[in-house]
Amino acid sequence: MTPYDIVIIGGGNAALCAAMTAAEAGAKVLILEAAPKPYRGGNSRHTRNFRCMHSAPMWPLADAYHEDEYFADLLKVTGGKTDEHLARMAIRASEECLPWMQDHGVKFQPSLSGTLSLGRTNAFFMGGGKGLVNAYYRTAQKLGVDVLYDAPVTHLELSGDQVTGVDYTHEGAAKSVSPKAVIVASGGFQADLDWLTRAWGPAAKNFLIRGTPYNRGVVLADLLAQDVQSVGDADQCHAVAIDGRAPKFDGGIVTRLDCVPFSIVVNKNAERFYDEGEDVWPKRYAIWGRLVAAQPDQVGYVIIDAKSLELFMPSVFPPLKSDTLEGLAAQMDLPVGKLQETVAAFNAACGDTTNFHPTELDGVATTGLTPAKTNWARPITEPPFYGYSLRTGVTFTYLGLKVDANAQCHSNEGPIKNLWAAGETMAGSILGQGYLAGFGMTIGTVFGRIAGREAAKYAN
Amino acid sequence: MQIDLIQEARRQAEICNACRYCESYCSVFPALHRERAFADGDITQLANLCHNCRGCYYACQYTAPHEFDLNLPKALAEVRRDSWESFAWPQPVARKFHTHGSAIALALVVGLALLFVAIRSIGSAGGIGFYAALSHNAMVAIFMPAFLFPLASIGFSLRRYWQSVGGKAIKLAHVTSALRDVAKMKDLAAGHGDGCNFEDEDRFTHARRYAHQAIMYGFFLCFASTSTGTIMHYVFDIQAPYPLWSLPKIFGVTGGILLTAGCGWMAWLKLRSERELGDAGAWGGDLGFIALLGFVGFSGLVLYVLGVTAAMPTLLAFHLGAVLSFFVLTPFTKMAHGFYRLAAMVRNAQS
Repeated sequence: MTPYDIVIIGGGNAALCAAMTAAEAGAKVLILEAAPKPYRGGNSRHTRNFRCMHSAPMWPLADAYHEDEYFADLLKVTGGKTDEHLARMAIRASEECLPWMQDHGVKFQPSLSGTLSLGRTNAFFMGGGKGLVNAYYRTAQKLGVDVLYDAPVTHLELSGDQVTGVDYTHEGAAKSVSPKAVIVASGGFQADLDWLTRAWGPAAKNFLIRGTPYNRGVVLADLLAQDVQSVGDADQCHAVAIDGRAPKFDGGIVTRLDCVPFSIVVNKNAERFYDEGEDVWPKRYAIWGRLVAAQPDQVGYVIIDAKSLELFMPSVFPPLKSDTLEGLAAQMDLPVGKLQETVAAFNAACGDTTNFHPTELDGVATTGLTPAKTNWARPITEPPFYGYSLRTGVTFTYLGLKVDANAQCHSNEGPIKNLWAAGETMAGSILGQGYLAGFGMTIGTVFGRIAGREAAKYAN
Repeated sequence: MQIDLIQEARRQAEICNACRYCESYCSVFPALHRERAFADGDITQLANLCHNCRGCYYACQYTAPHEFDLNLPKALAEVRRDSWESFAWPQPVARKFHTHGSAIALALVVGLALLFVAIRSIGSAGGIGFYAALSHNAMVAIFMPAFLFPLASIGFSLRRYWQSVGGKAIKLAHVTSALRDVAKMKDLAAGHGDGCNFEDEDRFTHARRYAHQAIMYGFFLCFASTSTGTIMHYVFDIQAPYPLWSLPKIFGVTGGILLTAGCGWMAWLKLRSERELGDAGAWGGDLGFIALLGFVGFSGLVLYVLGVTAAMPTLLAFHLGAVLSFFVLTPFTKMAHGFYRLAAMVRNAQS
């Protein structure tokens, strides 16, 4: 077997950026991707854009997006739980990444329709993340990178301050390889529902996993068990409210529901539990993941009427529909009387709706209702009535490997000489909570390239 | 129209409409994203807008083994062929050729036989050049109806298509917009202009676009050759054979080369492509059609080179027989797609 300088664990954006960078620096690289070829790319398959600093217009990005604004946007969503040094480093490096990505095959397009005016801050991949992943695999293979699919890593042999072996399985057989350097880029652990349940409690059994079923955190757990330094808490994850009928895994983008601001949302007891109109949906969908997780059976029910049906992006599955609230309650298995009572109370609390404006905070609010609905509060009166179920959809987990500015992993004794990490598996080093659209790809690209560069430097 | 095919395409289109990642690949997605619900006519229109470039398939996060099992290029290709068959006139032959390459071969044999019989029984009536084998009047008598019948048939079919997709009154701007995109074959270039995915999985190349352009422009040049010949014959009373530096010959020879090379290239690409990303049922019919069209071009070139030898009458029979079969089969083979595609793009320019 070819002696490899570098083994990269994982096959998504960060892994590929590391692989291409290392190969261009002359290293012989092997990618061990746990997924079969059609599912290669981890959660990068489901992504669609890259948040990018730029001091002047840079196609496809308009205007400018400076470091301080970018960092301020990040602080807003993380509530200050951010490693400023690493975050600013990632932000500054993002600018030179954009042309680098294009040089390595990524195609961009103007901002997607139906997205929250991200045309200035985020560069969209044509065809989405799988298009990016496909392009990177082609480029990596041209650079001589070898790729094994269906090759999950089971164990890293750590002795003293270095990794001496990588155990994996391939085509049903246990294999081992001893490269000079190892880069871990195999994501979080959210697809391991048992782990999620240990961290979250039994409620996690009802969570849906929005992304790949292959991010089971095997390598992460293995390294943590060998006292590699970690960052983040196991019970921190990015979770949003999605269509309750979504597949258990890999539902991706289409399972989102944008109708909450125009609705009332009740739990299985037909009681409202939060202000549905607090802010525009893109700023609130992550909060709703946790709100729904806190309800009995971790489920919510969205109810709208005919006048709101066309105000949001089409859903992947058609809504439940009935000419009466009783009919809808029956379809959703909600207590009929209680639902009628809740809707009646809500309707009675609605006031003047003439200022209703679906795309801005319109201040059309309820009065005297708890919880209040502070925007877009229009009575639910016009049949047919439509309903969706809502469940918690986990995007990724924050518990990960703690890295330094060189993407290097550490034990309690100091840096591990030949171990680096990039992407979701170390994103907790930068983000303690919250999420900013397109920042995951920024972290993966920036730290993937750093890890590739550092590992190649070490291996050479 | 087959409801199950439309239903499957609708299922997939609804998923696409919730995703929208592919919106800048081609004309299909902006058209798809304009709708919230898809009537049968909407699906038919989307199907005929699709050029089977496969960019959306290779970029899709929901292809098999994912449970959503998206394969939009295939779903639309099947609806598309079904729409051509459903709108074709006359109906008894509508479904005989798209899926049957052997029927196309049989039609070619019949065409050749007819021409051999015509040459043998009608003969030259004293003409020179090719007319020494078959008189000009006999050629006109055979090819005038063989040209007018398919035109009329396609005309009927397009009317039905137009009604089913809710087409409106056509303005010049709609047509020029559609023709501009056809001329560049824009939808085979993708939004980034780097071509489509076809012969090598997810690699973007211009191979299919260029092969298709060679066929299309080659065909137009051959058609221009015949048309200029007709004009020279009737308007200026200049009889064939024409010299090399004449319009019919210049158009004919360059067109023949483009048509032959384009068809050969296209067949080669098609053989390397993934069959299941298109209308696998029409595989044989499509290849048969490409072979027939390529043979029309090739036999024309051979006739040009060997037209002064003793082999001429035989070669003439081969070429004209192929042309005859090609014309008559136009409404019932892949050739129909050009007309439908143009109609779909005109319709798209209206919205």
